[in-house]
Amino acid sequence: MLDFWFFLEVLVGGLLSGTMYALVALGFVLIYKASSVFNFAQGAMVFFAVLSFVGFMELGLPFWAALPVTVGLMILVGMGTERFVLRPLVNQSEDTLLMATIGLAFVIEGVAQLAWGVDVRRLDLGIRDEPINWVMDKTGMLVSQLDVTAAAVAGIMVAALALLFSHTKVGRGLRAVADDHAAALSIGIPLKHIWMLVWATAGVVALVAGMLWGARSGVQFALVWVALKALPVLIIGGFTSVPGVILAGLIVGAVEKLGEVFIGPFFGGGIEGWAPYMLAVLFLLIRPEGLFGEKIIRRV
Amino acid sequence: MLIDKMLRRIVPAISAATFIAIAAASTTAMAQEAQEQYFGIPSSRVGPYSAMGTGYYGGIIDYLNYVNMKGGVNGVKLTYDECETEYNAARTVECYQRLLNKGDQKMVVFDTLGTPGAYAVIGRMAQDHVVLAQYGYGRTDAADGRVWPWVFNAAGHYWGQIAVKMNYIAQKEGGVDKMKGKTIVHLHIDTAYGREPIPAMRQIAKEWDFKLIEIAVPPPGLEQQSQWLQIRREKADWVTFWGAGSGMNSTAITTAARVGFPREKMFYVTFGGAEEDMIPAGDAAKGTYVAANAAPGRDYPLIADILKVVYGAGKGNMQNPERVGTVYYNRGVGAAAMWIEALKNAQKIHNKVGKTVNGDEFRDGYEALDITDEKLKEIGILGMSAPFKMSCAKHDGSERFKMMQWDGKKFQILTDWVPAPDPAFIRKLIEDSAAKYAAENNITPRKCS
Amino acid sequence: MFYREAGQFRTSYAQDSQIFPLRQDRVGIIIMLIAAVMLPFVANSYWLSAILIPWLVLSLVALGQNILMGYAGQLSLGSAGFMAVGAFACYNLILRIDGIPFVVAVALSGVCAALVGIVFGLPSLRIRGLYLAVATLASQFFIVWALDKFGWFKNYDPAGVITAQPIVMFGHNFATPREKYWVVLAIVAVLALLAKNMARGSIGRGWMAVRDMDVAAEVMGFSLLRTKLQAFAISSFYCGVGGALFAFAYLQTVEPSAFGIDLSFRILFMVIIGGLGTIMGSFLGAGFILLMPIFLNIFFHTVFGKSVDATITSALEQVIFGVMIIMFLIFEPLGLARLWQLTKERLRLWPFKH
Repeated sequence: MLDFWFFLEVLVGGLLSGTMYALVALGFVLIYKASSVFNFAQGAMVFFAVLSFVGFMELGLPFWAALPVTVGLMILVGMGTERFVLRPLVNQSEDTLLMATIGLAFVIEGVAQLAWGVDVRRLDLGIRDEPINWVMDKTGMLVSQLDVTAAAVAGIMVAALALLFSHTKVGRGLRAVADDHAAALSIGIPLKHIWMLVWATAGVVALVAGMLWGARSGVQFALVWVALKALPVLIIGGFTSVPGVILAGLIVGAVEKLGEVFIGPFFGGGIEGWAPYMLAVLFLLIRPEGLFGEKIIRRV
Repeated sequence: MLIDKMLRRIVPAISAATFIAIAAASTTAMAQEAQEQYFGIPSSRVGPYSAMGTGYYGGIIDYLNYVNMKGGVNGVKLTYDECETEYNAARTVECYQRLLNKGDQKMVVFDTLGTPGAYAVIGRMAQDHVVLAQYGYGRTDAADGRVWPWVFNAAGHYWGQIAVKMNYIAQKEGGVDKMKGKTIVHLHIDTAYGREPIPAMRQIAKEWDFKLIEIAVPPPGLEQQSQWLQIRREKADWVTFWGAGSGMNSTAITTAARVGFPREKMFYVTFGGAEEDMIPAGDAAKGTYVAANAAPGRDYPLIADILKVVYGAGKGNMQNPERVGTVYYNRGVGAAAMWIEALKNAQKIHNKVGKTVNGDEFRDGYEALDITDEKLKEIGILGMSAPFKMSCAKHDGSERFKMMQWDGKKFQILTDWVPAPDPAFIRKLIEDSAAKYAAENNITPRKCS
Repeated sequence: MFYREAGQFRTSYAQDSQIFPLRQDRVGIIIMLIAAVMLPFVANSYWLSAILIPWLVLSLVALGQNILMGYAGQLSLGSAGFMAVGAFACYNLILRIDGIPFVVAVALSGVCAALVGIVFGLPSLRIRGLYLAVATLASQFFIVWALDKFGWFKNYDPAGVITAQPIVMFGHNFATPREKYWVVLAIVAVLALLAKNMARGSIGRGWMAVRDMDVAAEVMGFSLLRTKLQAFAISSFYCGVGGALFAFAYLQTVEPSAFGIDLSFRILFMVIIGGLGTIMGSFLGAGFILLMPIFLNIFFHTVFGKSVDATITSALEQVIFGVMIIMFLIFEPLGLARLWQLTKERLRLWPFKH
C-alpha cells in the first residue's frame, strides 16, 4: 500500500531537508574552491557563529544589531584564520592544510565554550517551525514554514554566490587562485585578500546555516555534527561547484528520507546514517568527480 | 625570523617541561592527611553532553563541599579529584585509572553518568573493588547483585522506567483494558542504550495487546523528519522517546511540532527529560511528559541549604548558579547523597566511625542502604528522590518515578512516585538476563541469604 | 658525533638490504625494545593500562592507516570501522571456536577485517583523493550500524555490548595489566617490523609508485587493482588486529558505537601529525593525539587545582591542543617523524655544528 500523498510528503520533506544540508555544504565548497582546503572546521564555525549570535542577543543586543556584530566577528575569524593558519602554511600539501583546519576546529570549539559557556540555548527567529495551514488544507501535506524559509535562503545564497563567482572581478580572481596559487600571485591577484574574503564569506554562510539549524535543534555543541550531513552532499555535487551543492542536497535529502521510510523498516530502521554515503559511493563510481565537479585531467 | 626561531625552541621545550612536570606530579604520592575520604569524579564538561555533565557533576561536587562545610562525615572530610572524559569511553577508562589511586587511598566509588562509559569500566571495577554507582542509567541486569556485586543502581533502571511509563499511559487512557488496540511508538537513538527498554516493552505490549512500533534515529539525530512522518502515518497514540544529547532531544520536539504530533502524547526518558532538552525547543516543548528519578526544584531543604551555605560562601561549582535545582543538578545531588549515606553505613558496619573506609567496606555500606522517607527528610530531599532499600540480591533503587510535564518554563510535577505495574515481572527479566551473562562469562553467582 | 655513519661499510648485498643498516639504529632499536619489555617493572598500573596499552594499540591502527594513506596514497576515513570488525570478529571467534589461542583469533580477526577492507576498497579503483575519503565513510557508518543492528554479532546480549573474554594462550590467562601489556607489545612489535619490511620491499615500492602517480605506475606494469586492494587489505588487517586488541586488552566491554567516526578522525590526525609514510610517525602521532589531551587535563588539574572552574580549564585544554596542532604543522609540516629525523641529523654533527 503506497499512499501517493504520503510518498509525496516524504519526498517534499526530504527535498526541504536537503536544502538545509546544502547550506552547510556551501561553506565547504567556498573554501575548497578558493584554497583547495577541505575545511574540517566548518562544523565548528557553524556552532561558533550561531552561539555568538545568541550570546550577543543575551548581552542585550537586539536581533538587527546582533546580526551585523556576529557577521563582523566571523569576518575577524576569517581574517585571523588566513593570517595565523593559512599564510604560514602556504604551499603545503592538502593533508597538512586539512590537519591545520582540524586544529582550528579544536580552537574554535574551545573558544566558543570558553566565551559563552556550555549552557544550551534557544534561538527564536520568529519563523514558526510548524505546518503551514493553507498547504495542509489544500493537500493534506505538512510543510513547515522554517523549511520553506531555509530552502529560500539556500536558493538565494547559492544564486548570489554563483553569480559572484562567474560575473565579478573578485570571482574571477577566486577562480584563478583555485586553479593555481602561484600563477595567480604572479599575475598580481592579491592572494591574501582573496583568501580572507573567502573565509569571511564561509563564516557568514556558517552563521546562516547555524541560525536555521539552531532554530530547529537548539544552539548547542551538537551543531558541529551538521557537517557530517554535508559530506555526502559535497561529493555528489562536486567539491568545487556552488550550484552542484543545491542539486546534490536535494538528491541526498530525498533519497535519505524515502529510503528510511520505505526501505528502512525492513532492516530495523536507522539506515539514514549510512544511506547517503552509499549513494555517494555508487554515484562516484559513475561520475568520479561529482555532478558538477571539474573534470580531473591527469597526465603522466 | 627571530620570533619563529624562538618559538621553534620554545615549543619543544615547553612540551618537554610539561611532560616531565606532569609525569612527576602523577607519580609522586601526595602526602595524605589523615581521615580524608577520597572520591574520583569523571566529569564531562565540554562537548555534546556538556549540559548534562556540568549539571550532574556540579551537583555532586556541591554536595561534597556542603558536607565538608557542615563538618564532614563523622569528622571525616571529603576530598575529590576531577578528570575530563568528554563522554568518551576510551577517555573514561583513562580517567578511571588515573583517579583510582590517590596517595595511599583508593577510590571507593565511580559514577560515569552514561552507559558507554559504564560499560568500559564495569569489568575493571569488580577487580579493583570499586563500586560502580550507576544512578539511573547503565547496565540494567546489573540490578542482580548476585552476578554483579559491585554495581548498584539506586535511581531506577530503564526496564523499570518503561514499565512505569506504560503504567502511567494506561492510567491516562483509562485503564489497562483501554490499551488494547492502541499504537505506541518507541522512538529511540539507534544504539544499545536506545534499544535497552525494548525487551520489557515487547512483553508489556503482548500482555496488554497494544501495537508496539520501534523506530530508530541514527545518531546524532539532528534530523528526524522521516521518523516523524512514519509516526504520523502509523497514527501513533503515544510516543516513548529514548534519546541522548540535548540536540537530538530538542529536535524530536520541534520535528513533532512540524508534523503536528501532539506533545501531550510524548513521553521522554530520564536522560532527555531535563530543562536543557526542553528550552532549545521553545514553545513547541509545552506539554511534553517526562519521567524523573530526581525531581527538579529549589524548595527541597537540602537544595535551599546548599544555595545558602555553599553558594553563599561563593564556593558553588555551577558556572551559572541559575541551574541549581534543575533536573541534572538535583540528580547529581541525589547521587552524591547516596554516596555519603553509604559511607556512613560503611563506617558504622565496620566500626570505623570517624575513619576512612576502603572499597569493600564502602560496598557493604552501599548494599545496606535503606532509604526511608524519614531518612530522606533528614537529608532534606524528601520528595526529590524516591525511598528504596537495597539488599544482597537486589541492587536497584525504588523503580518508581515521578511524572512531570513541561509547561513552557519549567516542569510541573504531576504525580507522586508511580510504581511499575508488575515489579516481579521486571525482576524476572533482570535475573534471566544476568544469569545468561553469568553463564557466558563463567561467573558463579554469589549466594545471598 | 653520536650518530656518525663513517666507518660503517656495507660489503655484501645482505648487508645492503638490512632493515637497519646503521649500527646506531640497530643498537637504538634493541635498547628501545628492551626498555619497552622491562617497562612494566617500573610503571604502575595506571601507566600500563591507561597510557601504554592504548598508545601501542592505537599506534598499530595508525600504522595501518599510514600504510593506506602515507604509502599507498589512498585517503581513507574508515579505520575505526575496520577496528570494529576486528574486535567483534575476535569476540565471535573465541566464543564459537573452543580453545582457540588468542593470537590465532587475533590474526583471524585481522583477516576478517582485511576481507571487509577489500570490499570497501573497491571504489578506490575509480575514485581518489577527498572523494575517496568521504566514500570510505560509508564503510564506517555501515559497519557500525550493522554490528549494532544484528544481535548475532553480539551473541544477542540484551544490552548490545560484548564482554571480551580473558586473553588465554598456551593455557595461561593473561589477566594483569602487565601481562596484557606484554601481549600487546609483542604483537605490535612484530607487526611494526613487518610493516617496515613491507614498506621498503617490492610491495611498498608498488604502493609508493601508485601514490606518486597511479597512471605512471600502471604504465610501468603495476596492476592498480592488485596494488590498491592489497594496500586496503593490509591496512585493514592492521586496523582489525588493533581493534581486537583495543577491545580485549583495553576497553574489555565494548559497544559498536565505541568505534564511531570520532575514533576514525583521531586516527587520521595521528597519521598526519606523526608524518605520512613513516613507521616511526605512527607511534609518535598516536602518542601526541592520544596523550596530549590527557596530559593537558592532568596539568591543569595539578596546577590550578580547584581554584579555577573545571569547565573553563576543559575548554582551555581544547584550545591549547588545537593551537599546538597548528603550531606543529607550521613549524614542521612533515610531522613528528621529521622532527625525529632532524634530531638524528643534529646528533650526527653535535657538538661541532659548523
